[in-house]
Amino acid sequence: MSSAAAMTVSPREAKRYEEKDFGFWLYLMSDAVIFACLFATYLVMAGNAAGGPTPKDVFSLERAAAETALLLLSSTTFGIAAVSLWAGDRSKVLLWLAITLLLGAGFIALEFGEFSGMIAEGAGPDRSGFLSAFFTLVGTHGLHVSVGLVWILVMIGQVFAKGLTAPVASRLMRLGLFWHFLDIIWVVIFSVVYLPGLL
Amino acid sequence: MDIFGRLTIESLPFYSAIAASGAAVTVLGGLSVVAVITYFGAWRLVLFQWLSSVDHKKIGIMYIMLALVMLVRGFVDAAMMRSQQAIALNSDGYLPPGHFDQIFSSHGTIMIFFMAMPFLSGLINLIMPQQIGSRDVAFPFMNAVSLWLSMAGAALVLISLVIGKFSTAGWTAYPPYSGLEFTPGVGVDYWIWAVLISGFGSTMSGINFLVTIIKCRAPGMTMFRLPLFTWTVFITSVLIIFAFPALTVACAMLALDRTLGMHFFTNGMGGNMMNYINLFWLWGHPEVYILILPAFGVFSEVVAVFSQKRLFGYISLVLATMAIGLLSFTVWLHHFFTMGSSARVNSFFGTMTTIIAVPTGVKVFDWLLTMYRGRIIFKPPMLFTIGFLVTFVIGGLSGVLLALPPIDYLMHNTTFLIAHFHNMIIPGVLFGYLAGYMFWFPKAFGFKLNEKWGTRAFWCWIVGFYVAFMPLYVLGLLGMPRRMEHYEIAAWQPHLIVAAFGAFIILLGMICLGVQLWVSVRDRIEALDLTGDPWNGRSLEWATSSPAAPYNFAVLPKVECRDAWWDMKQRGVAYRRPEKYEDIVMPKNTFAGAVIGAAGFAFGFAMIWWIWWLALLSLAVIGAAIIVRASNDDDEFVMPASEVKAIEDARFPQLAKAPKNAMEDEPGFAGQPAPEAAA
Ligand code: HEM
Ligand SMILES: [Cu+2]
Repeated sequence: MSSAAAMTVSPREAKRYEEKDFGFWLYLMSDAVIFACLFATYLVMAGNAAGGPTPKDVFSLERAAAETALLLLSSTTFGIAAVSLWAGDRSKVLLWLAITLLLGAGFIALEFGEFSGMIAEGAGPDRSGFLSAFFTLVGTHGLHVSVGLVWILVMIGQVFAKGLTAPVASRLMRLGLFWHFLDIIWVVIFSVVYLPGLL
Repeated sequence: MDIFGRLTIESLPFYSAIAASGAAVTVLGGLSVVAVITYFGAWRLVLFQWLSSVDHKKIGIMYIMLALVMLVRGFVDAAMMRSQQAIALNSDGYLPPGHFDQIFSSHGTIMIFFMAMPFLSGLINLIMPQQIGSRDVAFPFMNAVSLWLSMAGAALVLISLVIGKFSTAGWTAYPPYSGLEFTPGVGVDYWIWAVLISGFGSTMSGINFLVTIIKCRAPGMTMFRLPLFTWTVFITSVLIIFAFPALTVACAMLALDRTLGMHFFTNGMGGNMMNYINLFWLWGHPEVYILILPAFGVFSEVVAVFSQKRLFGYISLVLATMAIGLLSFTVWLHHFFTMGSSARVNSFFGTMTTIIAVPTGVKVFDWLLTMYRGRIIFKPPMLFTIGFLVTFVIGGLSGVLLALPPIDYLMHNTTFLIAHFHNMIIPGVLFGYLAGYMFWFPKAFGFKLNEKWGTRAFWCWIVGFYVAFMPLYVLGLLGMPRRMEHYEIAAWQPHLIVAAFGAFIILLGMICLGVQLWVSVRDRIEALDLTGDPWNGRSLEWATSSPAAPYNFAVLPKVECRDAWWDMKQRGVAYRRPEKYEDIVMPKNTFAGAVIGAAGFAFGFAMIWWIWWLALLSLAVIGAAIIVRASNDDDEFVMPASEVKAIEDARFPQLAKAPKNAMEDEPGFAGQPAPEAAA
């Protein structure tokens, strides 16, 4: 953290941020185990359609691909926001965070459409074990993304109100970890849930 | 939609005298706490010094208070079951089946989640930061959130006695019985949300402790100089971080089944109930090591201090702890050998289970060899340790028996199993925590607990334990299933009467604990701990004053070897006045933790009773509290060097007044290292 003048920190502060980053990594590990359990459950239950719709009937490759594109793109735009943070360029940070927010919101909108469409067709989470597992796994990821969106909004507010101070920068870095983590989870969802379901 | 969800006036327990009196005791208990605080005019103190505190020592004390209250509640449940079974031969006894089922469910749930877990978090909070020479845990605010989420979960279990009913599905809540189809009421939902909410708190504690141990050690405190208690906390935290998610997922899915009609674990519609049982024990087996490893840590500290010897086999104890931690993830299937796995799978898990006994055996030998040729001083913590060593081995042997699938097929679900795990968990976990409570009490409050009553408590507990649980081994061999409300086999009754008598002796042990606390507070002036080192201790928590200053260490200690404090005493550098004091940065108190806890309670209550607006509202409060807190860059204050100096200066005259070594008068005192007189 050298570039912006506001970001010079005392050794004590630096140590605090290091602790927070490490703690956040541990949280991500723990959250990864949550997803691992959800994936395992999905794999166990993917065949339990109970006479109802099967993966082939309810998944759409186009939509899953569009969701993937939005989320991957949002990881990239977050990356650019992070680079602007190092450069100390506040307005660019704001701009790229806003774009990330929009892309993420687009992802959630698509997912919302997918879920409500399925429920309307009678393929809701209470239809079969397979659908319970599907909605819960993908929905948990969606819930995380929604929390991420609120977090991005809060950080936009903080950058706006406080500037690129050291605490704000440190929070942005952890938000980045969270956002990229969700991206990785999505890639696994895409390859474990959607692809085998459609192929 | 009704604004009270499914909550109606019929939810109050007027249908049964026993249930109504349980509710009355709970309500009166709550009211009397309020009354006592008001009587002593202590509201300001309670609110601004405790409720809003982020000091790890105060948080630790509040955890232990919660644990002791829940120990009483859990014991009342146990006593009710023991008396019911003593009389229920060919009769209904005094508890109807539905009520009996609630009692074993709440007993198990309370003892594991709301007695043992808070006790463990409390002892860790109180001691671990001081043992590593740190001023606090890494995240003091998150620590407060953990505490208040545990409180919220415990409050849900307690309130279930007053509003609605508790679960009848046992502490494990196996589906399909725990599903909506077979158990429609609110009981299982109480269980789910109490466990989920406190589980979040535990996960955060695990993260907090691990970061603290890795990042906040004093200069020179390398990993292999950590006191053994801290080592066990380290491994326990790793287990918490990786095991609790499985419980969270299992409970959340059960909640989805029950609330949104999903089919994770239902009988039909593609549900798979074995998935619940796998997930539950994927957490459940590591959980028993989460509970017991820190107790092993306490025993390791106690045995060295009261044998007045260096701990034998430090490295082997650390390695054994690590091995147990790793192996604990490879044995979960032994909880359901009988549920249809193939012989190969069963024999794998049976083998792993017997292997895990090996590192545990290593530990037992290390403790024995620490005592060998030591000059043992029989203080209550040491009595509990010796009682543990003897009794635990018996429980371990019965565990190795149960690890063999063919034997488990015979013994599964009998009282043999009940005897086995109480045989591990009472001497192992509870005795460890009680030893820690008596060992570290002076560090928390500045005076020692009465030893006479501590010794009495020990004898009642150990004798009561044998009388209450040895008959259950026999009953298991006679084929008595667990969780029986009444029975027709006359041969069982004598054993059950003996067991009830054992529970009565344990009751005397509980009373002794209460009297001990009372007498100790009354006579505290005679038992003051002026040096901060009442037992001639070895690790750094004894370097601070008792009770420790808010910042623990005015100047961070420099560690040069294991048993850092012992070493400082020997080198004559203990109790040195530093040349100058420095400003210390401290976390500010905040009510945000208690607010999140209260909202967590409201959220759980709303989800149990399907009061959706309240659920949304409390989630919004939690979200707002987190956002406000996370946007606050002003959460610390500086305690000026002058104030630190004033606090420290007040300590040195006390040290001068104190006897040279608090253990001097003990028969068998081995001398050295004498603390230096204050400069
Ligand atoms: C204080 C003395 C205690 C007594 C007299 C006692 C007694 C009992 C009894 C009578 C049962 C029911 C057995 C059955 O199903 O037939 C039981 C179950 C249980 N106890 Fe204890 N107990 C004690 C302490 C503890 C402690 C300290 C813990 C844990 C830390 C504990 C955890 C459990 C659990 C998990 C169950 C199983 C509940 C279920 O069936 O779902 N108990 N205990
Ligand atoms: Cu186990």
